Amino acid sequence: MRAQFVLHEISVGLRRNLTMTVAVITTVAICLTMFGMGLLIRQQVSGMKSYWNDKIEVSVFLCVKGSPTPVCRTNGPATAQERAEIERQLKALPQVEPGGVKYETQAQAYERFKESFKNTPAFVKSTSAAELPDSFRVKLKNPEDYKTIVGAMKSRAGIDSVVDEQQVLDRFFSILNGLQKASWIIAAIQVIAAILLIGNTIRIAAYNRRKETGIMRLVGSSNFFIQLPFLLEGAIAGLIGGIVASGLLALSKVLVFNRLQDYFTFTTTMSWSTVISTIVLSIVVGILMCAIASYLTLLRYLRV
Amino acid sequence: MIHFENVTKAYSRQKMPALEHVNLDIEKGEFMFLVGPSGSGKSTFLRLVLKEEKPNQGKIHVAGKDLARLTNWKVPHLRRQIGCVFQDFRLLPNKNVFDNVAFALEVIGKPRRFIRKVVPEVIELVGLEGKANRMPDELSGGEQQRVAVARAFVNRPMILLADEPTGNIDPATSIGIMKVLDRINRTGTTVVMATHDAAIVDSMRKRVVELENGRIVRDQSRGVYGQAY
Repeated sequence: MRAQFVLHEISVGLRRNLTMTVAVITTVAICLTMFGMGLLIRQQVSGMKSYWNDKIEVSVFLCVKGSPTPVCRTNGPATAQERAEIERQLKALPQVEPGGVKYETQAQAYERFKESFKNTPAFVKSTSAAELPDSFRVKLKNPEDYKTIVGAMKSRAGIDSVVDEQQVLDRFFSILNGLQKASWIIAAIQVIAAILLIGNTIRIAAYNRRKETGIMRLVGSSNFFIQLPFLLEGAIAGLIGGIVASGLLALSKVLVFNRLQDYFTFTTTMSWSTVISTIVLSIVVGILMCAIASYLTLLRYLRV
Repeated sequence: MIHFENVTKAYSRQKMPALEHVNLDIEKGEFMFLVGPSGSGKSTFLRLVLKEEKPNQGKIHVAGKDLARLTNWKVPHLRRQIGCVFQDFRLLPNKNVFDNVAFALEVIGKPRRFIRKVVPEVIELVGLEGKANRMPDELSGGEQQRVAVARAFVNRPMILLADEPTGNIDPATSIGIMKVLDRINRTGTTVVMATHDAAIVDSMRKRVVELENGRIVRDQSRGVYGQAY
């Protein structure tokens, strides 16, 4: 196999067909970026799910001085006695995991608050520890039993509200899932566009090179050797599209996924290794897609 | 070298078969003219030898191989044993003489050292020494056909098929081409040439096979083009 000869044929083919090649590269790049985005979002969701699954809790917030809700205003801040009573009741509930009830003081709540909002110092500054309610963090045997806890605890004196973290997360996950689906739909549309474009490009290339391929056939060049420049032309366009896409994916990690943490305190950080494995997968998919599309076109337009 | 046994080939769109019950033996090292009017089946014969077409009936052996048993992926190896020259030269306009000839070896994966050695030899054999760097559009028709012959012969095939190689060339230049083909034939290569050119056939005094409506109507050693034309 004469590598230099094949490479020369490819570079001539790509340059002769420059506008089409650019169109293919652009389409493939968008397609792979959307595909990779979908993968990254899915990784993010599953990463967050596994991170939160054993940490998910129901928070029972107690009334403090200055709590704005009507319940607290009529009942006043929770007394020590009320607090003890609530704790006893929570521990008695069959749905609660043994040892799964923890008390979080206002000072601890403030520490957590500071940690969560470290990116917005002004917000932290304007809030004092006294304004944050103390709470019971309750772990359930089965997170689905959240409703019974709410029912049992709701009208107790001294309780402000019962919040299920699962619900907050679920809402967030459904947004991410929607985004994932949207990016995959765009990717699918781009796949179709890319395949049609590659088909056209290869068809034009086959037409441009019909003299060469005719002679190659006559002098006994193997089918593989005749098809190789076309396949590689497609694969190289796919590779370049993949490289562009990997740049965009790396950018999305920096500009989108890292920023998520600033706005949603409960997201987990996406690691670079996740991004890199996604990029590798996207490039492989891109090369294969282009090579296969080229090959299918060749079967129709290149007589061997 | 080429053996046709009761071969019939009909194209699906035409009523008359292009070749009908053709029996023919061409020996190694023979020089044979294939004559006959347009549409008599000359090109079909050549296409069958190359396995570009398959016969509807009958057996074809080329270079010791039964073409019916030859799998598609082995057809390229058959074609490496056969050189082809056409009326319209079929040179690559963006490659010079050397590269046009070298192309035939490059695409079958020959090493560059080998190519650098044999291509100049063949260019000299066809009488184009000193013109290796010319582009095809800088050459006369006769010279272009010499390049095409060089390309067909550079891999030293056992068989050379020529489909009206002098059809686009004036008579004086044609004689030069025929000398080249004769020289190639003397190296032991079997040459089959389809032609309309009566003067050439008459002057060469080689075996003549005449086709008419897909049938062999004459097979003469040391023949002439024929009285009827």
